[in-house]
Amino acid sequence: MSEIPADLRYTKSHEWVRALPDGSVEIGITDHAQAALGDLVFVEVPEAGRQLKMGDACAVVESVKAASDVYSPLAGVVVAGNAALATEPELINQDPYGKGWIMRLKPAASASAPLDAAAYAAEIAGA
Amino acid sequence: MNAPTRKSEPLIFELTQPGRGATAQYPAPADAGIPDAFRRRRPPPLPEVSELQAVRHYTRLSRLNFGIDTHFYPLGSCTMKYNPRACNALAMLPEFLGRHPLAPAATGQGVLACLFELQEMLRHVTGMAGVSLTPMAGAQGEFAGVAMIRAYHRARGDTARNEIIVPDAAHGTNPATATMCGMVVREIASLPNGDVDLDALDAALSPRTAGIMLTNPSTLGVFERRIVEIAKRVHAAGGLLYYDGANLNAILAKVRPGDMGFDVIHMNLHKTFSTPHGGGGPGSGAVGVGKRLLPYLPVPVVGHEDGRYRWLDERDLPQSIGRLSGFMGNTGVLLRAWVYMRILGAAGMRRVAEYSTLNANYLLARLTEAGFEPAYPGRRASHEFIVTLKRLARETGVTAMDFAKRLLDHGYHAPTTYFPLLVPECLLIEPTETESREELDGFVEALAAILREAGSDAATVKAAPHTMPVRRLDDVRAARQLDVAWKPATT
Amino acid sequence: MPYIPHTAADVRAMLDRIGASGIDALFDEIPPELRVQDLPGVPEALTEMEVSRLAALRASTDGQRLNFIGAGAYEHHIPAPVWALTSRGEIYSAYTPYQAEASQGTLQTMYEFQSMIAGLTAMDVSNASLYDGASALAAACLLAVRAHRRSQSARILMPQTVNPVWRRVAQVITEGQGLTLEPVPYDPATGTTDLKALAKFAGTDITAIVIPQPNYFGQLEDVGALTRFAREQGAFVIGAVNPVALALLAPPGEWGEGGADIACGDAQPFGVPLSSGGPYVGFMASRKEHVRQMPGRIAGRTVDLDGRSGYTLTLQAREQHIRRGKATSNICTNQGLLMTAATIHLALLGPVGLERVAAACAARTRELVDALTAIRGVRAAFAGPRFHEAVLQLDRPVAPLLEALAAEGIVGGHDLARDYPELGHALLVCATETRTAADIATYARVLGSLLGRKAVA
Repeated sequence: MSEIPADLRYTKSHEWVRALPDGSVEIGITDHAQAALGDLVFVEVPEAGRQLKMGDACAVVESVKAASDVYSPLAGVVVAGNAALATEPELINQDPYGKGWIMRLKPAASASAPLDAAAYAAEIAGA
Repeated sequence: MNAPTRKSEPLIFELTQPGRGATAQYPAPADAGIPDAFRRRRPPPLPEVSELQAVRHYTRLSRLNFGIDTHFYPLGSCTMKYNPRACNALAMLPEFLGRHPLAPAATGQGVLACLFELQEMLRHVTGMAGVSLTPMAGAQGEFAGVAMIRAYHRARGDTARNEIIVPDAAHGTNPATATMCGMVVREIASLPNGDVDLDALDAALSPRTAGIMLTNPSTLGVFERRIVEIAKRVHAAGGLLYYDGANLNAILAKVRPGDMGFDVIHMNLHKTFSTPHGGGGPGSGAVGVGKRLLPYLPVPVVGHEDGRYRWLDERDLPQSIGRLSGFMGNTGVLLRAWVYMRILGAAGMRRVAEYSTLNANYLLARLTEAGFEPAYPGRRASHEFIVTLKRLARETGVTAMDFAKRLLDHGYHAPTTYFPLLVPECLLIEPTETESREELDGFVEALAAILREAGSDAATVKAAPHTMPVRRLDDVRAARQLDVAWKPATT
Repeated sequence: MPYIPHTAADVRAMLDRIGASGIDALFDEIPPELRVQDLPGVPEALTEMEVSRLAALRASTDGQRLNFIGAGAYEHHIPAPVWALTSRGEIYSAYTPYQAEASQGTLQTMYEFQSMIAGLTAMDVSNASLYDGASALAAACLLAVRAHRRSQSARILMPQTVNPVWRRVAQVITEGQGLTLEPVPYDPATGTTDLKALAKFAGTDITAIVIPQPNYFGQLEDVGALTRFAREQGAFVIGAVNPVALALLAPPGEWGEGGADIACGDAQPFGVPLSSGGPYVGFMASRKEHVRQMPGRIAGRTVDLDGRSGYTLTLQAREQHIRRGKATSNICTNQGLLMTAATIHLALLGPVGLERVAAACAARTRELVDALTAIRGVRAAFAGPRFHEAVLQLDRPVAPLLEALAAEGIVGGHDLARDYPELGHALLVCATETRTAADIATYARVLGSLLGRKAVA
């Protein structure tokens, strides 16, 4: 069973969103997604300052057998990409909701991802 | 388990002794007369070994490989059939090998005659109006095909057509090619029986449709029964049909892509026409076109007028999409295909389809009896078929990958695994027509033995291979700690 | 039945097992109206003996001539072990090493090839081959556009001293992705890229500059100045190089101050016969930071479960079978067999042998140019240092002369009338280490007599 923290929001394409106290959000991929991809060998994170629309491909996560785009759950401006992933892509496998975060975003509007934990759990159970 | 070959071969660089060399190969010293400002400061870090050391090293390396000449190699979608030695021997006649591609046509009437005949034979066997031999591999043939489709629409002023429809079962080269040509890929689903979903096709067709890329028989190992209907609908929408010739072996001289309604095709001469795979190439991706696309064929094309052969180029075909290679494609591969086709003749080509299909259906029947699950039960196999190990993986944890690795221990190259992507835990098995019944029986027994072993001793299967020169390799480490070139120690 | 082992008894037993009445029944899913009955236009079968006779006859029609053409394909001595080894069934009849444990020979050879190309070009990484030099140049332009994060123009400066066919191929392959290849003229005195003309591009958004070395005319470009210009403009440098010349010439990785970003070319001169145009073997090397944008197969060194060294295909997520429409290229099959020949060839020559080959090429070409320009009506088109090719200007059209030379057993060079009409009656000639003093004298004598004048002694 994969871990789905109750305090985060989710997308159908397996991204999670965490609201930060300063109004920005942190974004990563779920435990379910990292398990499906397997050991990650490379992560490309967006550069700070990049403008994203909702649904834009903003990062790439790559294992030896698969490569997948990460889609921005929200519109906004990238505040930071997680530089640690450049040398330690395995952080996403080890700690997908913590040290494995992919980017921080300043959202264009106050909104979050469409699914709560229960809805996301139902989503992956049905898949 | 014994592992007699488990002694790793050092890198050629590690055999180096400064001052040593294969000196019989060196020309006499000469003054290059190159000014110092242009010169290299340090010699390149190349090996310094004797001729015998080099010969022994590469002979030893070759023995670490499986090839068709040493092992049954049922790699689905790759058509690993016997590569007749005659093809190699005749393509390597010294006059063919020594000829510069830009030498006057008068000095190449012999080689041009062979290539012209090949062009004609390919045209007839596929039912197309014209053929160009220049693409250097299947993927380049695909590129030429989509570029011709683009040129055709453009010449008609139909510039809105920028979408290529690709079934989800397609080879990865299809969407990659469409993207390289600046097209947008629209993927459509396959039905559970392996056929194209006509409703999904209708939904995808529009005034933006440039064309559709299809493999028939598909990568799912079944013949698309409604191909004529598909062609009708695509043409009615203003699109063209591209035939990916990866599976031409299955229908050679039985059905022709031109008769099915395809406007453009590529052939993989290294599959259907048995030129060698060479450890990854060279291939050859000759393209054939219907009348509408004739003006756009890539150049050069062999022409024959007044009893003389010559290369037709941009001056002869001003609407051509242009050139794809520095000269005229992989001529040596083309000569091998010519030899093969002349030895087979028309009847032999039909037998290719018949016996590859017989072998595939026989294997499918025997494996089904042995408890394997066909991915498309009730369908005829084409020249290849898929079994899925989904249930086995769920019950024992033994995956298609484990099966593939364990087969190596039994002395068989593995089938294609994890392609097509839409069948979970799949083995795509293509025996080809050149394998004997005994070889197929042995393969069935090996698979059945692994199936039993997966139930009784899954750990052994999961740790396979046990008898190869290396055990399972750490692909994750290879990608994370990238080491793709030896560098001399810097002291 | 050629290459089909089935006996009549096999066929019966197999059909019984399938439960089919005959082989034709296996095709019952194909609509009957589509099935072809006969194949006019495809001849009947011949035996191997008969085809051998026919092939030998055709080969002998073509004959063998003394060759003085280069123009992208070069005649070099090929050591006997190269094809004796490359033709071994374990190499010849294997495929892409998808099952690494059963393909260590192929994979280690790829790794050795990559190492040799990286070493020769002084770049960090190399792939395990592309189709040929022309398509490698196209792939290098696409790589530059993918890898250059700041440049938005997808604009590549393409000197006219780059092989004109390679330029056309690059145009065809890149146009679907919106690249612009801008021509840069050459200096008519030196036959090298005109630095003043290049300066006009200063201050504009340039993604990359292609630098040929030696260039199509055989002349040596001022790679240092060109690389510095590219650096000032923030443009990448793509070196399109002859790999034999790299035994003598500064490698792309050491051009200017920072070196080139990408190097590409054709490794045909390493063990690959002219063979009427192919198959040859394209190569591509780059800085390490661009490796994920590189097209084609790459072998990597790793360890197995016992911790012992081994080789595997790596970074496959770049490739079409995984990334599909977002792959770095559609390439699948490459030129593995020729890559193997090139690797063995380089192992035999080593740094000393390769340097000798390169020096002999340069020396023979100098002798050829001296011998031919001693004929009245023949002059060298350009001044300045060159490698193993040269452009000669004649006093009459080249094409009929080449026909006449061919009738005398000499393939005398490549006519530049179509690609460089501004050069007049221009002929591109080449002499490699395979041409002897006697060969050169023969050419000079025959050309002299065809031109109706004696060589000026």
